[in-house]
Amino acid sequence: MQQPWVDILFEQTPLARVLIGGAWRIGQNCPRADATINRLQSLQGLEIVRLESLDLMHWDSLLLTYIRALSQFCDAQGITLDTRALPEGVQGLLMLAAAVPERQDASRQKNLDDWLSILGRQTLWLVKDIGLLADFIGEAILGFLRLLGGQSQLRWSDFWRLVEACGPNALPIITLISALVGMILAFVGAVQLKLFGAQIFIADLVGLGMAREMGAMMTAILMAGRTGSAYAAEIGSMTVNDEIDALKTSGFSPMDFLVMPRILAMLVTIPLLCLYADIWGMIGGALVAAGLFDISASEYLIQIQTRLRLIDFEVGIGKSAVFGILVASAGCLRGLLCQRNASSVGLATTSAVVTAIVYIVISDAVMTLLVTALNLYKR
Amino acid sequence: MLTPLITPHRPDLSLKQVHISVRGLTMAYDDFLVQKEVDFDVLRGEIFIIMGASGCGKSTLLRHLIALKPPVTGEVFFDGQNLWTLPPKERQSVLLKMGILYQSGALWSSMTLAENIALPLTAHTPLSAPEIADLVSLKLALVGLSGFEGFYPAEISGGMQKRAALARALALDPEILLFDEPSAGLDPISARRLDRLIVHLSESLGITAVIVTHDLASLLDIGTNSIFLDTETKTIIAKGPPDMLLRTSTHPTVKEFLTRGQSKKTATNPPEAPL
Repeated sequence: MQQPWVDILFEQTPLARVLIGGAWRIGQNCPRADATINRLQSLQGLEIVRLESLDLMHWDSLLLTYIRALSQFCDAQGITLDTRALPEGVQGLLMLAAAVPERQDASRQKNLDDWLSILGRQTLWLVKDIGLLADFIGEAILGFLRLLGGQSQLRWSDFWRLVEACGPNALPIITLISALVGMILAFVGAVQLKLFGAQIFIADLVGLGMAREMGAMMTAILMAGRTGSAYAAEIGSMTVNDEIDALKTSGFSPMDFLVMPRILAMLVTIPLLCLYADIWGMIGGALVAAGLFDISASEYLIQIQTRLRLIDFEVGIGKSAVFGILVASAGCLRGLLCQRNASSVGLATTSAVVTAIVYIVISDAVMTLLVTALNLYKR
Repeated sequence: MLTPLITPHRPDLSLKQVHISVRGLTMAYDDFLVQKEVDFDVLRGEIFIIMGASGCGKSTLLRHLIALKPPVTGEVFFDGQNLWTLPPKERQSVLLKMGILYQSGALWSSMTLAENIALPLTAHTPLSAPEIADLVSLKLALVGLSGFEGFYPAEISGGMQKRAALARALALDPEILLFDEPSAGLDPISARRLDRLIVHLSESLGITAVIVTHDLASLLDIGTNSIFLDTETKTIIAKGPPDMLLRTSTHPTVKEFLTRGQSKKTATNPPEAPL
């Protein structure tokens, strides 16, 4: 197949002839309009450009984009573009494309993409996001007060269904992860402790680590990935399908009807899951201690009983309750803010998990500081 | 036991009371103006059509009517009450007099059809569970879906979802029914059947119907009054019964719309290739 080509002839001063030939097809190496425009710009006294097709064999949209670019250049320069010598089909399509003028307000202003603009946009977005979160928290508190006052539209059947989904159904994965975390803690610690012959302190390390910190943290992160994302996806797809609007116009507050049962379900189940994770973590630690470092289960248990006090569990479980509220809120908030298209449900889900994990880590730092400042672990 | 369906608010059409009125409404998304200075009245018992080309703001206007979107300027009145200055509780009770059929149906997907219809009844009426069950079965029968109580929305076809959504919209015996593109996604026969249902409801229950549509056959067939929203000038360019507009309107856009572009060749038609 013949290569597409363009030739420019400038024989009489006001008229340039642009000759087009070959096979203009997507996939061929077609000449770019920029090159032609550069050539035309360098011509002195140019007033008319005539397009002529010479042995033009095949053409498709690539030829049209080439001519459109040329015609935009000519319009801007006040040069007449003569297309009458082109095939009829090309002329017809060009006129069709030019029939409805571009709507000025239709094309959105392009976002600038230098780093300063990106920083500015991100900052504005962050400020807006914090505002939305504050709104949501306010609404949620009002919803909770309505619940206490018996004014809420919350349906308890929804609540129990949600409790089942985020409690018992999460047990297998929590068992697996917390037992492994316990084993890892034990192993990492034991290698060091063995240097001093102090392997028995594996029990302290695993027990305190799980009860105060890792049990709550791992449970919360699992719940963010498992349940928070599910909340965002459920509520997000309801938004896409106008179901949230239908709730509002039927006189239901999405806060009472959708958000409250989810936050409550999480708040009820996560402390129990956290305690369950603590126990499995310690069992995991015991397995490593018994299997690799010659500490019998009874020694391990006695050591844990002497070291751990109720306050250690209380701190961890308290933290997990806070994490639970944050995870459920992040999921519901992202779902409600979802745009009306399918890809935004995906974005909402991702963002729910990311937001939840950020909240978990920040609030954990704050709570750890508080616990230290209040000296809660003092013997 | 059968709860009466005909509620006592059957209006006297001879009085021609204004049911909904919109004054000087401007709609916008952020900086993007959708429509401005929209003014119209819907009388009780009318089948009122909001028409216009795709993207002209018909559905946005509907969202304003049902208080999902606050107006930039202007007011929306129901029975003379300004929707946006009412306290939230009273606005809610006005909204409960409206039944809305969303474009996608918007049935709550985690509930069965029966639960969908029963939910507004449980929340907003003092009826007992057996009474509600009777009502649910009646509303489903009205839209031709008897026996589908236990089905989930995802288990029935698009046309059936539309009808089930209509049954839900009828749950509280509304005074006004609002439809967003009722015939979208329906085959011509189902669409005509839905049209007949709307006319029937309007005639037998005296319901005011507001329909956003660009389905020509339907709007010419059932509309008793209408407005035409224009994309170019961003306001209303024609008002009146659709069949009258078809015969008498001189506005080129309205004429072209109502005749499917058959009336005359205009600039937006594909040009013939010049010689």
